[in-house]
Formats: sequence, structure tokens, C-alpha cells
Amino acid sequence: MDRPLVHIRAWERLPEIKFSAAQIIIHLGSWAPLLILIYGGFTNGLTVNPIQHLTFYTGDTAIRLLILSLACTPANTLFGFREAIKLRRPLGVYAAIYAAIHFGIFLFDYGFDPNLLYEAIFEKRYALIGFAALIILLPMALTSTKGWQKRLGQNWKRLHQFVYLAGLLVVIHYAWLVKSDIRAPLIYGGIVVALLMARIPAVRRIAASARGRVAHKLSNTGKEVRG
Amino acid sequence: MSTSFRIPSSEITPEHLYLTRRDFIKSMGIAAGSMALAACGAAPSTSTASTPAPNINASAATDELGDPLTPHEVVTGYNNYYEFTTDKEDVAPMAKDFPTSPWEVAVGGLVKNPKTYMMEDLLKFEQEERIYRLRCVEAWSMVIPWVGFPISKLLNEVEPTSDAKFVRFQSIYAPEKMPGQLSGWYEWPYTEGLRLDEAMNDLAIFATGLYGKPLPPQDGAPIRVVVPWKYGFKSIKAIVKIDLVDVKPTSLWMAAASNEYGFYANVNPDVDHPRWSQATERRIGELSRRPTLKYNGYEEQVADLYVGWDDRLDTKTSS
Repeated sequence: MDRPLVHIRAWERLPEIKFSAAQIIIHLGSWAPLLILIYGGFTNGLTVNPIQHLTFYTGDTAIRLLILSLACTPANTLFGFREAIKLRRPLGVYAAIYAAIHFGIFLFDYGFDPNLLYEAIFEKRYALIGFAALIILLPMALTSTKGWQKRLGQNWKRLHQFVYLAGLLVVIHYAWLVKSDIRAPLIYGGIVVALLMARIPAVRRIAASARGRVAHKLSNTGKEVRG
Repeated sequence: MSTSFRIPSSEITPEHLYLTRRDFIKSMGIAAGSMALAACGAAPSTSTASTPAPNINASAATDELGDPLTPHEVVTGYNNYYEFTTDKEDVAPMAKDFPTSPWEVAVGGLVKNPKTYMMEDLLKFEQEERIYRLRCVEAWSMVIPWVGFPISKLLNEVEPTSDAKFVRFQSIYAPEKMPGQLSGWYEWPYTEGLRLDEAMNDLAIFATGLYGKPLPPQDGAPIRVVVPWKYGFKSIKAIVKIDLVDVKPTSLWMAAASNEYGFYANVNPDVDHPRWSQATERRIGELSRRPTLKYNGYEEQVADLYVGWDDRLDTKTSS
């Protein structure tokens, strides 16, 4: 972090912020699903079972954004895509927002009826596990600012490492929900496990040396071409 | 649940369905943080002129419980038909050109008079309208005015022998026209079964039409089963083969997950699917859940079939 950890008011800081292409894509891409749903609401685009459609759509969006957020650190450590580090926080926050909307629709679906909700959340394992993931994601999103990072010190990292647990929980949440064809949750699960493995130091070392070799080769090739 | 978006039976038009949805989304957009408001949403506002689908008709606007029919375009536009696709809204366009004529249904097994019926023969059975609730195991439901005839009429004609205990139904296997059948997740063709006395119950019908018109392909044309007190997957579509047998048939869903889908699959709010509750359902067109009725509201007509039977045993004994 090269910027000093001084509290500056957002509007004072605004002119200094430069958005990269990747950041713009991430922010627009994260808003798009919500805009599509709102547009669908006005144009008869939410199927005849709108609650189910909204539930599935927001849940799927939350999983995808969470996986993208998880991919940021390995994208930097394994492939040297440094830009990704800046995308990690917005992606994670957007994932938490969609998870919260998803949960809100679930509450609405059960008419905010405490008995029905209790039964739905605590007696059905897929709902319980999704609820657990939300309980992990929300405090992470709320403490994702620099201020909280400073305030929590070492504990901040410990707290935010739980994102991998959340990733695994949402995949299981999804897998326990589908009827029989578990291809989609299997794909998501495979990605989360792969990303988790990418954090293993040995894997990172191998990737770093491979990247070194590739870079070396590329620079040699360049010389040959120029020569 | 205090409120529900009941559509007055006098105003069954697709537009009202859109309006309730639109109202819902509007109120959700305004009050993202307090979606409770949406639950108290306004009554459907007046709509622009409606254009109902051509030539459709039904003898009543509601079922016997007073709940409105699900609009024709919804019944024919939102379908669970894995032979085509798992996307409910894509079934209709994908099934559009599915050939349903000529069509034969071979009836055999433990019967005195095995016979292969042409579809034209089957339409000679007196066709009558039955307005039934359809409750999907996924916890949504519709009210549909079917046209068809009791299964018992066909069975009486082929005369099951005294050894016959069950009826096994099979759907067409045509992967070149039904791309979903290329999926290795299920054992095609779709197979379902009923106990002989269940099949003989007057509520159990072969449907050949809906809303006074021949069945469209996406709803199981040209002939399907409808057993309204059981979850929707029991109501097998596009039947080509019927056999009377002495052992309990294994359905496609039992083969796929016998711990989750039993042979009987009676609608029962007290017996949950192992992974989700069956206590409530979403009636398509309403935004609030409503309680699920035992045997989908047909308890009186079918209770004698299940004396001494506990639906809880369904998924435990079928494996």
C-alpha cells in the first residue's frame, strides 16, 4: 500500500482516483445483473415465477463475483497480474451485496413469517449453510475499508481468510439445492478448490519460476526477432 | 403471511400477472432496504386492453376451491420437460416442431387384450374437462383446465389380469428431437408408474388437451398422464407405452435419486423433500407463498387408497 493510511474524506479524494479499464469493467459488470433484473421487472422479463428467478439470479451472481474475488490474489501471485489486487475488494463487496439481496428475497418469499423462516433456515441444511456463508461475508464486506484494516491489525487478515470457507459453503449450498444434475455447482466447486490450492506456497513457487522461464524465453524471442 | 396477490376470478388476463410483477419490482426498487413494503404492495392497477390467446376456453374461471385458472400463456410457456431442456421458458420454443402425429400407444403386459392404439382411437374415448391443481415438487403450482379421459376407461378395455398390480408408463425416446435425452444424468426414456388401484381412481386421467384445445408439445402432447394428488413429475408426458406389471416400476426420478423421489410421491405438506420444505408453495401469479394442502386438496377422493400408509415411508422403502 503506497498511499498513506490517513483518513481523507471521500469527496476530497475523488479527483485523485484514476480508474483502470479493469476497474471500470468490474464495476459496470457488477451492476449489470441488478440492472438486468430491474429492467426485467418492468418488461415482463422475470419469468412467471419471479421470486424463484430473482432468488436464483442473485444467488448465482453472488457466487460468480465471490469466485472472481477469490481469483484476484492468485492472478497476481501466479500470473503477475498486479491490477487484480485492486479488484479484490470491490468484487468481494459486490458479492456480499448480492448475497444480501438474495437473502432479502428469501425473507420476502417466506413473507417475513418467523416460523416459516426458522423452519426454512434451520431445518434445511442447504439454507443453513447459505446463511452461514452470508454471516461470514457481511462482516468481511463491512470491514473491508482501509480504516478497518488498520483498526483490526493482524485480526483483519485472520477474519478475511474466512472468505475461502464462505466460497466452499456457497458451493455446497448450491450443490444441495439442485435436483440431480450437479454440473454447475461442480464447476464452481472445482474453481474454488483450484484457487485455494493456488495459495499453497509450493504451488506459488512453481508458478513463479515457470513465469520467470516464460519471461526469459519471451525476451530471447524478442531479441531474435529484432536481431 | 398476511397478504396475497389473489387475482379476482373475473379478471383473469395475463396482463394482471404482469402488473403484479411490475408492482412488485417497482416497490422493490424504491425500497431496496425495506422489502417489507413490497409485501403490502398495492392491488393490481387497471390494465390496458387484453388480448387473450385465440380460441381457448374453459368451463369455469376457477377450480373448486375458488382459485383462478393459471393463464393459458403461462401454462404453455413455463414447462418442466427435461427431454427438451431444464430451462422452463425454453421448452416451448424447443418443442415447437416436435411431431405428435402419427402417434401410437402400445398397451400390453399383464392384460387380456393387448392393443396398440392410434392417437385417433384414444380420442374416441369421451373427452371431458378436468380443472386440476398441479403441484410441482419444486414447490410451485398452477391451476390447469385439462381435457382428457380417465385412465380407468382404457384399462377396462384392455382388462388387466389378476396378476397385474402396477401400471408402468413410458415416454417417447427420440433424442434427435429431444436434445435433453442426450444427457447422461437420467435414464431415458422417462418412466413412471402407478399402483393399479391408483390408476383406476377417477381423478387419474390421460390428458389430450388443455383450455379446450389439443395439448401443445411443451405440455406433453399428444397424450400424458395427470394425477393431481401427486407431485408433477408423476404426470408423465408424451406416452408411447403402457404396461401392466406385477412389480413396482422404477421411475426415472427413483433411478436418479431414490432417497429423494419415491414411488408414491403424494403431495404432502408434512413430508418434506429431504432438502427443502414442502409445507408451502408458490402459486404462479401470486407473490406470497400459500400453504400446501394434503394430497393437493384431493384428500377426500384418494384417502381410501392410502389407509395404513405413511408417506414418510415413500423414499425409505423405494430404494
